Amino acid sequence: MQKYSVFSLIKNAFKDHKKWEVAWKDPTPKSEYDVIIIGGGGHGLATAYYLAKEHNITKVAIIEKGWIGGGNVGRNTTIIRSNYMHDENGLFSEFGMDLWRNMSQDLNFNVMFSPRGIINLAHSDAQMNVYSRRGNSMRLNGIDAVLLNREEVRKIIPMADFSENVRFPIFGGLMQPSAGTARHDAVAWGYARQADSMGVDIIQNCEVTGFDVSNGKILGIRTSKGAIKAKKIGLCVAGSTNILAEKLNMTLPIETHLLQACVSEPIKPILDNVVTFGAGHFYCSQSDKGEMVMGGDLDGYNSYAQRGNLPTLQHVLTEGIAMFPFLSKLKMLRTWGGIMDMSMDGSPIIDKTHIDGLYLNCGWCYGGFKATPASGWTFAHTIAQDRPHELNAGYSLNRFSTGHLIDEKGLGTKTWIS
Amino acid sequence: MLHIKCPHCGLRSQNEFSYGGDAAVKRPELNKEVSDQDWDNFVYLRKSPAGKHLELWQHISGCRQWIKVERDTLTHEIFKTLKASEEA
Repeated sequence: MQKYSVFSLIKNAFKDHKKWEVAWKDPTPKSEYDVIIIGGGGHGLATAYYLAKEHNITKVAIIEKGWIGGGNVGRNTTIIRSNYMHDENGLFSEFGMDLWRNMSQDLNFNVMFSPRGIINLAHSDAQMNVYSRRGNSMRLNGIDAVLLNREEVRKIIPMADFSENVRFPIFGGLMQPSAGTARHDAVAWGYARQADSMGVDIIQNCEVTGFDVSNGKILGIRTSKGAIKAKKIGLCVAGSTNILAEKLNMTLPIETHLLQACVSEPIKPILDNVVTFGAGHFYCSQSDKGEMVMGGDLDGYNSYAQRGNLPTLQHVLTEGIAMFPFLSKLKMLRTWGGIMDMSMDGSPIIDKTHIDGLYLNCGWCYGGFKATPASGWTFAHTIAQDRPHELNAGYSLNRFSTGHLIDEKGLGTKTWIS
Repeated sequence: MLHIKCPHCGLRSQNEFSYGGDAAVKRPELNKEVSDQDWDNFVYLRKSPAGKHLELWQHISGCRQWIKVERDTLTHEIFKTLKASEEA
């Protein structure tokens, strides 16, 4: 594989940039692999990469219905954080933060990781108490957390609404300084390029139409490009999890919902951090191009549509304007939607299944992008060793029936309420 | 914007309704032996189909009645609406 560097850039400039190697090949599927990963999103690509890198398993295929970068890895709001209270989520995400910090070097691809800090705003004394508890829990797990008072928040984001008679005055906030953003497409492309270079077949435009299961063991898959055999198959398809589960006669603690995001026209730098509104569901950051990147609530009813509905967008932006009044002056550049695999406790599932050789990675809800490296790393471990790593042991499929829920927000099973 | 025909009030905008989830799940009957699996099925497990989905909505800003809506989760087309007590 051609290494990307300033020297390769100069060298290729002399050839009018017409001689770059393709970043990954377009192979026809072989008849058999050691491992098949279904879903060529960030998590699937990362899983294949860590299978090759950490476990030396390179006879791997990634089967993707669409194209690399076309699903949720290209539709998210690029936020990376580990500001969780529960041990399972905190330790898992903080492990991921270390992978994020080294990702550009590790993948030889600039993922533009920008640890700019995230601030969760608080709008009451009670909320300050809750944030203080969460911040302390984070620090006990070795995650950085700073509780900010109103004046400290004002110094960082003076353009927020600090007037006296607003409905939700800013009391302070909880900040994780090491959180941030990364270029989401680059993450997909970087993992795809490295996985490909280590022998992984990335097969795009190939839909899985069925599974071959016999005596409780997985034997292979049927696809639009023919049958492919494998003793181990990892399901990593986010919003399409329920569709594939139905083909396996499995019913999962997952509901599929639509989440929208949007960007404004680009403006000069005004917002250095990621900021979330604490009296509703709205978050905002500014991209390197200058666009304000914004998101919030689910559309609120089961959907596979990948396109949103106006009432929710209007509601979310109303919250945005309450937080940052200047947003009302901006024109909207783009809005889009992606489908989320909402789990019944808000936490993901990375586990084996009752079918021998079939592994499940789903339930990422709103938080799939930031989990990309840790999810890939632990899923690769789970597949290679046929048992979960201690980092994802809590993300078990049977925790719902045993009562070991990881309900970070305490929302219960109404997954569309946020 | 969805337009939902409330069986009590007629065609209204989505803004008047609040979502209540999958209408196909059934609460296990009380005073009977209920297995853990039955509770699991009711509380956590969802088919969440891509296509026709029977779901509960409440006409919260209208008559406040719960209703059933049969809707396509891919196209958002609404095929029919029923009173909560009616079987689809």
